[in-house]
Amino acid sequence: MSPSALVTRALTKRYGTQEALAGVDLEVGEGELVGLLGPNGAGKSTLVKITAGLVHATSGSAEVAGAPAGSAAARATLGYLAELFRFPGWCTADELLRLHQRLAGSRGAAAERADLLQLVGLSDAARKPVEQMSKGMQQRLGIAQALVGEPRLVLLDEPTSALDPAGRRAVRGLLEELRRRGVAVLLNSHLLGEVEQVCDRVAIVAGGRLVAEGSPRELSGAGGVEIETAQGTRIFPDAARDDVPQLVAGLVAEGERIYGVHVVRGTLEDAYLRAVEAHR
Amino acid sequence: MSGLMTIAGYALRESIRRRVLTVVCVLTAVFLGLYGWGTSAVFDEVRDSAGGLPLDEQVLTGATLLGLAMFVTLFLGVVLAVFLTLGAVRGDAERGLLQPLVVRPVGRRTLLAGRFLASAGVCTAYVLVVYTTALLLTGLIGGFWPGSIVTPALALAGAVAIVVALALLGTTLLSATANGIAIFMLFGAGLTGGLLGQIGAALDSETLGTISEVVLWALPFEALYQDALHALTADIDGVTGIAVQLGPFGGAADASGPILLWAVVYAGLAGAAAVRVFARSDL
Repeated sequence: MSPSALVTRALTKRYGTQEALAGVDLEVGEGELVGLLGPNGAGKSTLVKITAGLVHATSGSAEVAGAPAGSAAARATLGYLAELFRFPGWCTADELLRLHQRLAGSRGAAAERADLLQLVGLSDAARKPVEQMSKGMQQRLGIAQALVGEPRLVLLDEPTSALDPAGRRAVRGLLEELRRRGVAVLLNSHLLGEVEQVCDRVAIVAGGRLVAEGSPRELSGAGGVEIETAQGTRIFPDAARDDVPQLVAGLVAEGERIYGVHVVRGTLEDAYLRAVEAHR
Repeated sequence: MSGLMTIAGYALRESIRRRVLTVVCVLTAVFLGLYGWGTSAVFDEVRDSAGGLPLDEQVLTGATLLGLAMFVTLFLGVVLAVFLTLGAVRGDAERGLLQPLVVRPVGRRTLLAGRFLASAGVCTAYVLVVYTTALLLTGLIGGFWPGSIVTPALALAGAVAIVVALALLGTTLLSATANGIAIFMLFGAGLTGGLLGQIGAALDSETLGTISEVVLWALPFEALYQDALHALTADIDGVTGIAVQLGPFGGAADASGPILLWAVVYAGLAGAAAVRVFARSDL
């Protein structure tokens, strides 16, 4: 059995007196798509940077595909798109991907470059210098660059921040494609809707700690049950779908007439705000 | 090895595409053109006024002009070294250019080594070409050929290679602007130390000699430059030799074996320190 794409144990990071991470345990399984949520300054980017080997952990451990984060073996298995990145303006898309192929030791050659450019919708821009590309095009090129060398784990730090709605949809499709190819993804994003739509699991970080974790459905949870009766709408805020037969039976037994039942679902946004507020 | 060459090639392409080398080549051609013109004019005047002094004016003029050309060659080589390396780590990290490269398996040590290889290669090739052209212009126009031709060339090349190593160490610690300023300050300090040594030699001052000695050990690129100047004028004797020694490029110190060895170790230590600092940096 191959090791998980990413495992962190009691991971901490201090910048002087500032504690960016305070003991984070996180696991990203093989081919799993995990969303990383949290307010600004929560430690999300620090976690991603430690995984990428850009930042050194103060204590604890992080392993990428079984190798210590930052080691050559770990770097060989991951792709990374930074939140604030730039590519040299003089470089064309094809040249940039070729450079990263060489640095990653990829044997994909021209076929891989063509495949990646097609995947991100930049086939027509292969010979275009980066300085002539829009921010959205550069962002998509950044994603293609992160996928060079068929990584097992892809770290995407705010990959849709510069994209318009159509671009965001394209990235969602791209993430689905990565799932199909069995690539694990750790997606750091502020866009809850995006995370809810594509991620298998969500980890919420606040104050350097992992404060909630689970599938979007688990985290969203039940939002209560509303039952229309002759007396008006009766609200049962703690009830879930499974409680409906018992609630209806109880009301009927009390002589109520039932006109309708509505199971209210919570949203990931509610769960996120609850988790972050609870931490404060 | 392929990672090293890839990074070096990337750095070279960057210099070419950003037109750094084009600008350098055009302006250097202008400098060499002016040098040739000036050399021709000076030697014409010397020939016209020859005969009044008991010295070889052709040698005095040639040694002085070539010494000037070597100073400019070193200065331009240092400028090139600084601008090719000043933002290679901190500067590129601040702009987000470095991170996509650092996460690749080649690693930080190879990244630095590749940058050094490219920058040192360009700068040493540059000073060798400029020195050789100035040497040929001086020799063909004025008929002056120094006693030693190869030693000054190698010393100048070694001096700029040390500056490249220092600038790479600086870029792991300082922002691009601060690093550029720091390296030029060190270059200035080295030149001042060398000049103090030359003045000390003329005045027979032990204090100035000691100060200069300390500076040459602390900044051995200056020791190499002094060695280059010394090799240029060492075999000029008699009244002409005295006149050359009293001139702006006379009195330079001959680099001893230990300081030459130290120059090599110094560059290695600067490189090792750069690798160590870079390896520990959070980006």
